[in-house]
Parts: sequence; structure tokens; C-alpha cells
Amino acid sequence: MSETTPLEDPNLAIQPPLDNPVMSFLRQERMPHIWCPGCGIGTTVNCFTRALTDAGVGLDRLAIVSGIGCTGRVAGYLNLDSFHTTHGRAIPFATGLKLARPELEVVVYSGDGDLFAIGGNHFLHAARRNQDLMVVCVNNFTYGMTGGQLAPTTPEGASQTTAPFGNFEAPMSLPYIAEAAGAVFVARWTVYHVRQLARTFKEAFRRKGFRFIEILAPCPTLFLRRNRLGDGVDGVRVYKERSVIRDGADTRTIGLGMEGEIVVGTFVDRPRPTWLEAMDAYYQKVFGDRYRPVGGGSHVEG
Amino acid sequence: MAGNGTSRKARGTVFVRPELCKGCDYCIEFCPTDCLEFSPNFNAKGYHYPTLARPEDCTGCGLCGLYCPDFAIFGMRFQEIEAMRERLMARTQNEGGTPK
Amino acid sequence: MTADPRGVLTGVHFLDGDHAACEGALAAGCRFVAGYPITPSTEVVERFAGRIPLVGGVFIQMEDELAASIAILGAAWGGQKVMTVTSGPGLSLMMEHLGFAAITETPCVFIDVQRGGPSTGLPTLPAQADMMQVKWGSHGDYQVIALCPSSPQECFDLTIRAFNLAETWRAPVFVMMDEVVGHMTEKVVIPEASAIEVVERRWTSKAPGQYRPYEPTPDGVPEMVRAGDGYRIHITGLTHDERGYPAMNPQHQDRLIRRLNDKIRKAGEALVDVREDQCEGAEVLVVSYGITSRVASAAVRSAREKGIRVGHARLVIAWPFPRDRIRALASGVRGVVVPELNLGQMVQEVERSIPAGVPVLPVDHAGGTVHDPDAILQRILEAAR
Ligand SMILES: Cc1ncc(C[n+]2csc(CCOP(=O)(O)OP(=O)(O)O)c2C)c(N)n1
Ligand code: SF4
Ligand code: SF4
Ligand code: SF4
Repeated sequence: MSETTPLEDPNLAIQPPLDNPVMSFLRQERMPHIWCPGCGIGTTVNCFTRALTDAGVGLDRLAIVSGIGCTGRVAGYLNLDSFHTTHGRAIPFATGLKLARPELEVVVYSGDGDLFAIGGNHFLHAARRNQDLMVVCVNNFTYGMTGGQLAPTTPEGASQTTAPFGNFEAPMSLPYIAEAAGAVFVARWTVYHVRQLARTFKEAFRRKGFRFIEILAPCPTLFLRRNRLGDGVDGVRVYKERSVIRDGADTRTIGLGMEGEIVVGTFVDRPRPTWLEAMDAYYQKVFGDRYRPVGGGSHVEG
Repeated sequence: MAGNGTSRKARGTVFVRPELCKGCDYCIEFCPTDCLEFSPNFNAKGYHYPTLARPEDCTGCGLCGLYCPDFAIFGMRFQEIEAMRERLMARTQNEGGTPK
Repeated sequence: MTADPRGVLTGVHFLDGDHAACEGALAAGCRFVAGYPITPSTEVVERFAGRIPLVGGVFIQMEDELAASIAILGAAWGGQKVMTVTSGPGLSLMMEHLGFAAITETPCVFIDVQRGGPSTGLPTLPAQADMMQVKWGSHGDYQVIALCPSSPQECFDLTIRAFNLAETWRAPVFVMMDEVVGHMTEKVVIPEASAIEVVERRWTSKAPGQYRPYEPTPDGVPEMVRAGDGYRIHITGLTHDERGYPAMNPQHQDRLIRRLNDKIRKAGEALVDVREDQCEGAEVLVVSYGITSRVASAAVRSAREKGIRVGHARLVIAWPFPRDRIRALASGVRGVVVPELNLGQMVQEVERSIPAGVPVLPVDHAGGTVHDPDAILQRILEAAR
């Protein structure tokens, strides 16, 4: 048990050797993590682990897959079967893992550049096929790991190192794309909305199919500083002020800019058969009893 | 429990690992009862870390812990703490050790 | 251990090389294939898609070769034997994941049915011009194993062997076919399952907590687990320590990268397969591989009819290159002739392997068809002079 320090003596009878509940989900020998002061990624991890407890997810059957980036480091810090893959390819790796061992719950956790620029094509097709994956995107509007370059989510007008006079490209609205591509569950929160986010993770764990959760998170070191938007806490305060909760909102209307409303909530929740369910059902029709659904790998138990 | 001279009664408390704190201010800013403040002290990395300035106001809601990106603080209700302590004691006894 | 009979189509068949390779994969226990269509390799995955529902496993056509080449790596960590299949342009897209497979030591098989390049090149016509790409195409220092079948029967046999080597060495293994071998139809004998040797994954017997994902065994290869069995592994493409955790410093880089390379480079005879035909006492040595071996055999026969003592060494395993063996065979010959369907790739390996002073005569060819045996014969005659 690691050291905890009660700050002010609250006159407890005995000081229990308590530890932050999140710690039991982390590879503690790897702490402290690499994220900057006020970076929102760690906050999302709290909410994620809270949902693991609340949803009662079996941790030995849960695998997490990340791409490359600051967010991509999440996999390495969680004490789960965890895979830190290549830039943009977390989703196809996760697809293979899930189909090879369908009893696993597979979560993809990565950044907006990773999932939507270099990995955008994989996102579209995994959603279309309804692969049974939960995809978590921490959207900080920039490329954090490489030093603050233009991302596919960068709002118009925002300055980035590779858009030094401000961005003139139209950004992507991630929930809109997820819905159009066929995701069965689509939500957006910000790191201000910690309770809602934890609840949404929990709801997503109770569903099957391609589930997408976008989380707006401050990157104080690069995005906020460069755009003179203050520290991480200022970024979160702005989320608080600009956010409106609108469950079921039309995803065509919820694009993001440097100003204006940030619509958050659960936008899409519509079940349909996963890729594997569809294949099984289809081949059962074609082949009847002769069809052999995928087994659990070639591992010989014991 | 906390007798601290006010009419309010603390319902919970926080635990901090100052060495993990990066002074981001999330916990202080978003505590619903505004009971945290930065300590005047620095940790080894040179950051001020939070301290429970108004313990009587802490409800143990745990929000500070959900916000903290560095896993440096968490809050709990006394009830939860007692329950957890009992579970820990029971486990330590089952394992034949002594609670530390 | 022997093959699971479910995947083995025992009997005598007439198959093209692509279909035979697919049967080899099924016989070897491959139960996950991700691919993306590309001529002249597509028949491999088409057959797999048709066969797998009754064998039990997954075929998925991914959105591109980047996806296919990493989906298989995910599936390998899910416990399956895995393969992807491609040709030149697709192979180029797979290069990043070749490196990822190497550094994470993920057993996997790539079939490359070579066609003329660069770029779209000659989609329907043969070449052997990817030999260097598989060895050097991904960044960093890594090793691959590459096998070169020259007939449909060998496409079957060597694909099984590719899976076995991938499991033994935990490394990416290539089956380097070409359009001609892929599309030629010949008799293929598929034995009883009980006569097919298959190598199981190097599963650990250690308990979670005792197991370290990158702790090498004496031959340099670590034991493996799959996701979902409680080991809580971390696998990363970053330079890592024995726990699998990122360890980005020169010391760990040296230790890891040397081990990854040495486990293959120092495997010795286990990774040497040179088929030698009358090499003893030869005055000229022909070194060939893949489809070119068949054409070279005709040239060698003609040369022998003219009274020249020609030895023919056929590389069944092209990577790791059998330097010592080729050096031994070349010592004392008057020249070494190296025909290949490219403008000079493996010939460079031959050149740097053989004793100084022995001339090397390449028989290059830009691809699109096989060599004229006469071109090879002329070089043999030249070497014998
Ligand atoms: C193939 C490839 N191209 C480029 C890079 C460099 N790179 C690393 S992370 C990254 C962007 C990460 O941005 P994002 O996904 O938004 O994650 P963040 O760091 O902001 O969390 C890039 C371009 C790489 N690692 N691999
Ligand atoms: S660079 Fe930005 S995204 Fe990366 S850790 Fe720092 S604050 Fe977070
Ligand atoms: S537990 Fe709740 S009330 Fe107590 S300090 Fe934390 S956020 Fe504030
Ligand atoms: S949220 Fe965490 S890191 Fe930030 S000031 Fe509070 S304790 Fe420190």
C-alpha cells in the first residue's frame, strides 16, 4: 500500500491505510505519468476506472488498445492487458484482437489525430461493420505528442505550429462522423463533466457494438498556451461555461468552434448486430450445423 | 467526528499525495463546497498542493479525485472510509498479518 | 504436435500456388486471416474466405493493407495463428507493421505474391523484386525469415513451415511467391493431418506475477501469453524492458535490438535450407531461388550436357541469408551465376558472402516474365571460361 497523507486531521479514530481507488487500476510502478500539469487526459482515466468499478467489468477479460500520442500512453498506465500499437492503427489492431478472442471486452483509447487523421479510414470501417469495440477519443484539438500541430479537429482560427497564422481548414465533427458511419452509441462530454462521463462509460460498457465517446480535454502546454487561453483549469472552466447538455441532439448541428455552444450528451443509442453476430447468423443460415463459429484461440489450457 | 467550531459537520475528507500533485488547480476550482486551498508549501517538484482549508465543508463527494489528472487527491465520505477500513482489516486478518 | 485435421484437405489435388498456400495455412492451424485484394495474391484469401466457415475461424477483408497487417497482430495476441497476403503495393503499406511485429515479437506470416514494380508496375506479371524490401523496408534493425517456393507443392509445404518458424522464433515470416508460382497449377499432395508437424505457440507455464513478457529463454526467444488470461501484459512498439514497459535509453535499446536480431542471426543451421544439386567439385555455381530455380535448372542441365560441372544451390530460406553455406559452396569455383527477376538484389548478398576473387555473374531481369534459360546458360558458359 502506498503512502497517503491525510492533510488535516479529521479526527478519525484510526487512520486507515487508504489509497486512491484509481490506483488499483494503474501500473503504479510507472507513476508519475508523463502528462503535463493540467492536461485533461488523466481526468478521463479517473472516469474510465470509476466506470469499471460501477459496471463491474471483469478486468482479466478487458483489453485496452491505444495508438500513438499523449493519449496513446493511456494503455501503458492501465493495469490491464494493454497494447500501445502504431500511429492511427489502434482500431484495426483491436478488431483483430476482438475477433480472435470474442469473449474479451476491447476498448480503444486514443487521440483525435490518431483516430481521425491517420486512422480515420479505420474508424469509418469499424463503425460501418459495427465491430464490438468501445472507442474513446480524447480530443484536445491538437497533436500533443509532436508539439502542437494542426489536427483534423482544430477549430477554424486557432493557431497551431503548422498553421501559424491560424487554421483556415474546416474541422471534423467527430460525433457526426461516428453516427454517419454507423456507430451504435455516440456521446460527447468534456473533462468538466466527470460524473456524466463516468456514467456514460458505464452505459457504454453495458452495450455491444461500435460505441464512440468523444471527450474534450485541455492541452494547456500547446493548444491553450499558443492560443492565449490560459491554463488547464481555465480551459475546463470554459467548457463549463460553454457546454449545454442536449441528449439526442442532431449530430449535424453540434460542430465545434473557438466560441459558441459545446453540445454534450448522448446523441445516438441504437442497437444492431455486431460484425461477429452478423457473420454467425448469416453463416448459420448458409451452412446450418456445419458452420463452426470462431473458437477461443489455439491456446491449450492448463 | 470533526468538531471544528462551526455549525456544519464534515461528512467526509480528502487524502493527498503531495509528491504526485502538479498544482493544476482542478480540485480546488471544481470542489462544489469550495473547501480546498493551495498549501503554502511546495512539493519536491516545486508545486503547491491542495490542503483541506475548510474541513467542515467537505462532504466527501469525491469529485476532487475524479478531476485530479495526476491521481494525487481523493475524497471520501466517512461512512465509506469506515467501510473500506473494515474490509481492509478483515482482509489483513485473513492473511494473518497485522493492519499497519 | 501434429495438425488439427479440421484444416487439412488430405488428398491429391490440382491446385495453383495461391490455393496451395491457403491450404498450407489452414493445415498449419491458421485461423485468422485479414487481407486486402491485390493481384496476383487475391486467390489465397478468396479460398480462405470460402474454407474458413466450416473450419472455424475468421476471415476479414480490411479497408487497406495497413489495417490488414495490424489486425493480424491483434489476433495473434488474442491467441490465434495469423496471416496476411499481399503483393508489391500492399507490401509497401505493410512496412510499419513489419517493424511492429518484429519489436513486439508477434508470430505472423506474410505471403507476398510478387509482381513487377515499382508502384502499380505489372499487376499480372511476375517479378522477384521485393526481396530486399522485406529485409530492409521497415525502419530500424530487424530480421525476417523468408521462404521461396518454386512450385504449388512447395507453396503448400513452405507455408506450413512459415507458420512453424513464426511460432518458433516469434518473428515475422514471409512466403515469397511470385505471379507465376501463384498462378501455375500442378499436382499438390496434402498428407494426413497426423503426418503434418505443427509447432505450437511458446505458451508460458509461468503464473501471472512470475511471467515477464520479454524475458528471453536460452535461444533468445521469450515465452508468450494471450490477452484475457489474467497476465495483464503491456505490449508496446517503443523500446521496452523485460516487463514490456517503455525503456527509452541506449542501454535498453542495445539489449533489446541485439537480442531481436541475434535470435535469428545466431540460429545457425536451424534457419539454413539450401537445396544443393551436384555442388561438390563444381566449377560453376548457380545460386537461385523461387520460380527462377526452375528456369535455372533447365540452363544447368544444358550446361552439364556441354560437359561443364555446374552446381546448383537453391535457396529455400532466403532470409536469413545462408552466408556461410554459400561461401563454402563457392570456394574453388570459377564463377557464381545468380539469376533473379530483378535488377540485382540477392546477388549482393552472394557477392558479400563468397571468397575474394571469385567472380559473380548476375543474370538480371526487370520482370514481366521468367528468364530465357539461354540467358542463364550464356552466363554459366562465361563463368566456366
Ligand atoms: C506513422 C507515424 N506518423 C507520425 C508519427 C508522429 N506522431 C506521434 S503522435 C502524433 C499525433 C498525436 O496526436 P493526437 O492523436 O491528437 O494525440 P495527442 O498527443 O494530442 O493526445 C504524431 C503525428 C508517428 N508516431 N507515426
Ligand atoms: S502536450 Fe498537451 S496533450 Fe500532451 S501531455 Fe501535455 S498537455 Fe497533455
Ligand atoms: S470530497 Fe468533495 S467536498 Fe470534499 S474536497 Fe473533494 S470535492 Fe470538495
Ligand atoms: S487536481 Fe490533483 S494535481 Fe491538480 S492541484 Fe489538485 S491535487 Fe494537485
